[in-house]
Order: sequence, then structure tokens, then C-alpha cells
Amino acid sequence: MTLYAYALQPFVDYGFMRRALAACAALALGGAPLGVFLVLRRMALIGDAMSHAILPGVSLAFLFFGLSLTAMTLGGLAAGLLVAFAAGIVTRLTPLKEDASFTGAYLISLALGVLIISMRGNSIDLMHVLFGNVLAVGNESLLLVTTIATVSLLTLAAMYRSLIVEWFDPGFMRAAGGNGAAMHQLFLGLVALNLVSAFQALGTLMALGVMVLPAIAARFWSRTVDGTIAFAIGFGMCASFIGLLLSYHYGAPSGPAIVLTAGVFYIISVIFGRYGSIAARFFRQRHYAG
Amino acid sequence: MTVILDNVTISYNRHPAVHHVSGRFESGTLTAITGPNGAGKSTLLKGIAGILSPDEGHITIEGSKRLAYLPQAAELQRDFPMSVLHMIATGYWHKIGALGAITPAMKEQASQALADVGLSGFEKRDLSSLSAGQFQRALFARLLLQDAELMLLDEPFAAIDADATEHLLAVIERWHQKKRTVICVLHDLDQIRKHFPECLLLARECIGWGSSNKMLQPEYLLKTLSSCGTQSVSAGSPSVCTADPVQPLRASQD
Repeated sequence: MTLYAYALQPFVDYGFMRRALAACAALALGGAPLGVFLVLRRMALIGDAMSHAILPGVSLAFLFFGLSLTAMTLGGLAAGLLVAFAAGIVTRLTPLKEDASFTGAYLISLALGVLIISMRGNSIDLMHVLFGNVLAVGNESLLLVTTIATVSLLTLAAMYRSLIVEWFDPGFMRAAGGNGAAMHQLFLGLVALNLVSAFQALGTLMALGVMVLPAIAARFWSRTVDGTIAFAIGFGMCASFIGLLLSYHYGAPSGPAIVLTAGVFYIISVIFGRYGSIAARFFRQRHYAG
Repeated sequence: MTVILDNVTISYNRHPAVHHVSGRFESGTLTAITGPNGAGKSTLLKGIAGILSPDEGHITIEGSKRLAYLPQAAELQRDFPMSVLHMIATGYWHKIGALGAITPAMKEQASQALADVGLSGFEKRDLSSLSAGQFQRALFARLLLQDAELMLLDEPFAAIDADATEHLLAVIERWHQKKRTVICVLHDLDQIRKHFPECLLLARECIGWGSSNKMLQPEYLLKTLSSCGTQSVSAGSPSVCTADPVQPLRASQD
């Protein structure tokens, strides 16, 4: 088999492969920068909790409207935001730390979501919601995913400097008269939006995969925020491409194939990455002269 | 820019860290705030910066509202992935906000500010590669770019060697000459005597406020130490700090 037949033919021949690739590219573009910020803020686990929190919202929409894209998207978004804010309030008003309150929220929502789906759907519906199916992405979903990616990229660009200043030095932001807390909430909103978008392709259990795995891999390759974002987007897109091909050729489920590929990038980065990796620890670069 | 404290109380979980403090930081003065640990020095500074709001009383800032606040270095994430130039350029926030561009002139001025604090050529270095002292110098460079009327500095010389401290003290003196209002939390009494004309002794309450030479006499300092550990009860009658609060001292001398 030639390289062309192996790597490009599937996308030339089949519309569903093209749509899947476009959707994943959009997910990587919109989600990876958010992932970099999540990791920077040590909020990766909170992203995880939010992605699970989407489930009951999606399930409720499914219960009332069946497999309707609009209803499931809106339901998931509402639930994601609700849990993010509720867990935030629990953190602020009680002695519980953020990781504990978000873990509590996520366990409750996961159980609730599975329960609701089982009330009406069958195990295939459940599998679809939990793990998604990127090969079933239609034109309507593709439009939704690309719109969300565009909106979130533009919003993130507009608040980029505010977020960095707020996270590096919140006191400075406060003294300078900026509203850092509002920026933080808006950022959580963007994360929820992108998780809902990724749920179409990867399901609620792995929606975070294209967001956080490329981001933590990228931290080993760049020391600046913008550099890390560039690497993360690149990793996300490559993982999507390779994952889809593996899924096509070997019949692997597409979502796990993509996330696993991103996972391999991460493991390679931990071992061989340029900054702070295991290899960098053993083979230290020569220090600069003077 | 004058800062007026009117019977200010700031508390954490209802425990007052600053208790019924009144007084004025006059425009153009260079004041050191000192006192034992837990005396409320940083809390008062955060109150003036607007980061904490008083439970009781008022903090009024007269004149232009542009202030710069330097937190204790331990409150910042020193391994944040950012270059020195990018970090200090956040000092231009008052000019460019969230979206404005940094002009070449600003970049040049930023390099000059780095040179002023003894960090020439550090523009492209990562923050994580700086020592604690270099990091603090970089924060001072950011203050230079902020160019504010009121400077609030929280223990700016902690973990800094003598050489760098002298360097940064000179920067503060230059601000003073330019008639900026500077308020600085410090522990080194000799440093205060030498470089800071005014001094506020704080032990949750105001113990004394006036010229440093007068405030840093043994009687005042002993009083500062002894009153901090105890819960004093002046809730009914807030004391106004003046340059000469000798009344309680006379009583003890008799």
C-alpha cells in the first residue's frame, strides 16, 4: 500500500472521514489553547469535572427531545456552567478545597446522567453519549463545532492579556482597576462551551482529551504561553489525523484512537521533551557562556 | 496624592488585623510601615490598594487614583512561563489596557527600566530563570513603567542581598524626589532611620506615626511589641494617630 493510499485516500474517498477530520481540527484549534490555560492555572482536574458535569444536561435533553443536536448542546452547556459555578460557590463558602468540591460535583453528575439515560434509552444511546462518535458527525454538527471554535478563539484572543495578568498577579489587576474575577468566569464559560462541542465527537468521558493531553504534552516543548499554545494545537491536530487513520485501518473506535494518540504524544514528551523532561534531566545542555 | 485613613478596621473571619486606625499619608511623603508579625502591615497596604475592603471606617485617596502595588514576592508564581520583558510590560496596563499594542518607544523605555534596576540585557530571560533578588528587581522595573502617583510596596527587600537593596533604595529615593507618595512595609529599623523620613508603627492599632527618628526610639518600639500580642479594647474610642502620641508614654513613665 502506498503512503497516499494509506494516509490520504480514506479522506478523499469518504465524506464522513473528511467531516471527522475537519471537526477534530476545529476542536484542537478551539480547545488546545484553553487546555494550556487550564494546565497553567492547575485547573486540569476542574476541566475533567466540568466535562462529566455535562452528562446530566445532555441526558435530560435526550430524555425529552431524543437525539436532537440543539437540545443536547444547550442542555450540556447549561449543566456544565451550572456545575462550574456551583462548585465555585462551595469552594468559596465552605472550607472544602476546589479539587474536592469539583470531584463531588462530578461524581454526582456522572451517576445522575447514566441514570437518566437508562430511563429511556438503550445501551447504544448510553455508549453514544459517553464516548461519542466522530465518524457520525453530520454537516449540522460540523457547523456547530466550527462556530464554537471560532467564537472561543476570538474571545480568548481578546481576553488573553487580561487572563495572564490576572493569573500572574491578581493584586496588580485589582489595583489597576481590571475585573479579573469576571475574566475567570468567562474563561470557565469558554471551557464549558468547548467541552460541549467536543462531546459530539468524543463523548462526555473523553471530551477533555483533545483539550488537555496536547496541552500537557506541549509544556515540555516551549517555555512561553504562546509557544505552548502553538505546540498544543499542532499536537491536537496530528493526534486527530493519526487517530482517525488508525480507526479507519484497524477498526478501532475513533474517539479512543484519537485520545490515545494524544496520550502517546504526551508520554513521548515526558520522556524526550525539550524542557523539564526525563531526557533533559539526564542529558543536560551545556550552560551559556557567562 | 493623599491617603486618608478614617477609623479603619479590616478583619479576616471577623478577627481584626487592622483595628481602628486613623491618620493621613500626606502627598509626596515617603513613609515606612513597621511592626511585628501579624501587626496588620500588609493588610493595611492591601486595604489602601483596594484589594481588601474595610469592615468599618473609610480609606480615601485624594487626587489621581493611579496607584501601583507591589505584593510580597511569595504571593506570586515565580515559575510563570513568561519573559522578563513581557512581565514588566504589564506595567503599561494603564496606557494600553487589555488590547492596545506596545510601541517600540515603550519597549525602549522598558529596557531602560531594566537597566535602572540593574538587569540590563535580561529582556528575553524566562522569569523562572531569575533568582529571588533578580525577580524582585524585575518587579521594581514594572513599577517604574507603571509610573503611578502612589506606590505601595510590601516588604520589597525580603530575600535580597545588600547590594541590590542599596540599588532599589536609590530608586525609591528618586521617586521621593519626584514628589511621589511612597508607602513601604519594612522590618529593618536602621534602613527606615536612614532612608524613610516618616514612619508608622503598627501593632494592629496605630502605636505611633511621625518622623522616623522619633518613632524608632526604644519606648515606642517596646510599646509596639507589648501591645501586639494582647487584644486591646479601644473599640469605643478610636484613637487618632498624630505625630506626637506621647500621652500613653507619659503615663507609663510616671
